[in-house]
Amino acid sequence: MNGGPFGGLTPVPVLALGDILLVTLQGELHDGTAEQLQEDITHRIAQGNASGVVIDISGVEIIDSFLGRILAEIASTARLLAARTVVAGMRPAVAITLAELGLTLPGLHTALNTERAMDLLASPRSPVQKGT
Amino acid sequence: MEQDAAADSAAARLVGSFLERRREQIAQRWADEPLFRTVFTVSRDEAVEASKAVVDALSAVAVTGRLEDIEAPGFRAVRDQLGRMVASRARSGFTSAQIADEVAGLRGSVTELMRGEFPDPAAPDAKDCVLSLALLMGTLRLVVMETALSAGEELIARQRQQLLEVATPVIKLWEGVVAVPLIGTLDSARSQVVMESLLNAVVSEQARYAILDITGVPTVDTLVAQHLMKTVAAARLMGAECIVSGIRPAIAQTIVHLGIDLGTVLTHAGLADALAYALERQGIEVSPRATAGAGRL
Repeated sequence: MNGGPFGGLTPVPVLALGDILLVTLQGELHDGTAEQLQEDITHRIAQGNASGVVIDISGVEIIDSFLGRILAEIASTARLLAARTVVAGMRPAVAITLAELGLTLPGLHTALNTERAMDLLASPRSPVQKGT
Repeated sequence: MEQDAAADSAAARLVGSFLERRREQIAQRWADEPLFRTVFTVSRDEAVEASKAVVDALSAVAVTGRLEDIEAPGFRAVRDQLGRMVASRARSGFTSAQIADEVAGLRGSVTELMRGEFPDPAAPDAKDCVLSLALLMGTLRLVVMETALSAGEELIARQRQQLLEVATPVIKLWEGVVAVPLIGTLDSARSQVVMESLLNAVVSEQARYAILDITGVPTVDTLVAQHLMKTVAAARLMGAECIVSGIRPAIAQTIVHLGIDLGTVLTHAGLADALAYALERQGIEVSPRATAGAGRL
């Protein structure tokens, strides 16, 4: 924690697989890291030719309203840049908590795992539910 | 006051020693009382043994002087046995009031024996002893009632748990399709269990489609609708599509009358329709075999 480029926080790596960006979130995510991630993804989409973003959250045990909002914002910004965002592998406990909180994340595509998320992005746009 | 207390504890000790001395006789008499006779039908010896255990417990309590304390350590030894007796009586259809009466019936014979101990029944210590004995027998009755109540509560808690487990099976209908047939009234606790088991099944079966069949739900009110919508939202967050099926005409009307907006929820009339939808979305076609004559649909 000695003053890295992101104020001592380890940034979340963003991998490019073809025209898809893959982000794997693990454990607890610091608020600053989440904001940094949002910025990173936006820049990567703008620079490259990414047409989709897959965020794997199977390793995340807690999603609070802040992280929920960040996810929704990533999806909105990506859509402005003509890329689709899929959240993959949400745990049942996390899904229940979000549903109880009323954070149903409209406009965000979801998939059971990263593989399905890749399939979803590879398919033409029609079968994907239209986000609002 | 101090004199009274001293007299009381002396009487209690006397009662204790009396019970210890006359243990055999009391047990023999009690074994003929309806309470013991009907519970231990196999052999009279068994009834006598059970009575002796109860007498021992009473005398232990009396010696410590805690005549009115249902938590007295002496009762702990017989609690199991009393519980078994009460359960056996309750099984044969007795109400708790009748059981209490039977326990009260034990008092007569033991008081009679106690009176026989004293040459002069009007003597003050004789009265004290009879009074203490009556107190002790009253406490025994309380202990029996308390045992009966706690046994009933345990039963209710166990059955409630069983109901939760039994009522919510998750069925795998097809590769990638799971369903929960909901039966009975949905309350918060049950819908929580339903939601958890359905979402866990979605993960373990890697199911793309989850069907909630509410054919067996008698009424749908705003609370039930809210639970349904929450489950649907949670399933969607996990990447599965949730379909609600089995909405009977009456329930459909109720939902419309209540003004509940199920617009976010995908609904189908029957479980078969929901399954057909799920299969179609997965690109699976079900058709009669060509040899059956009908040809492909």
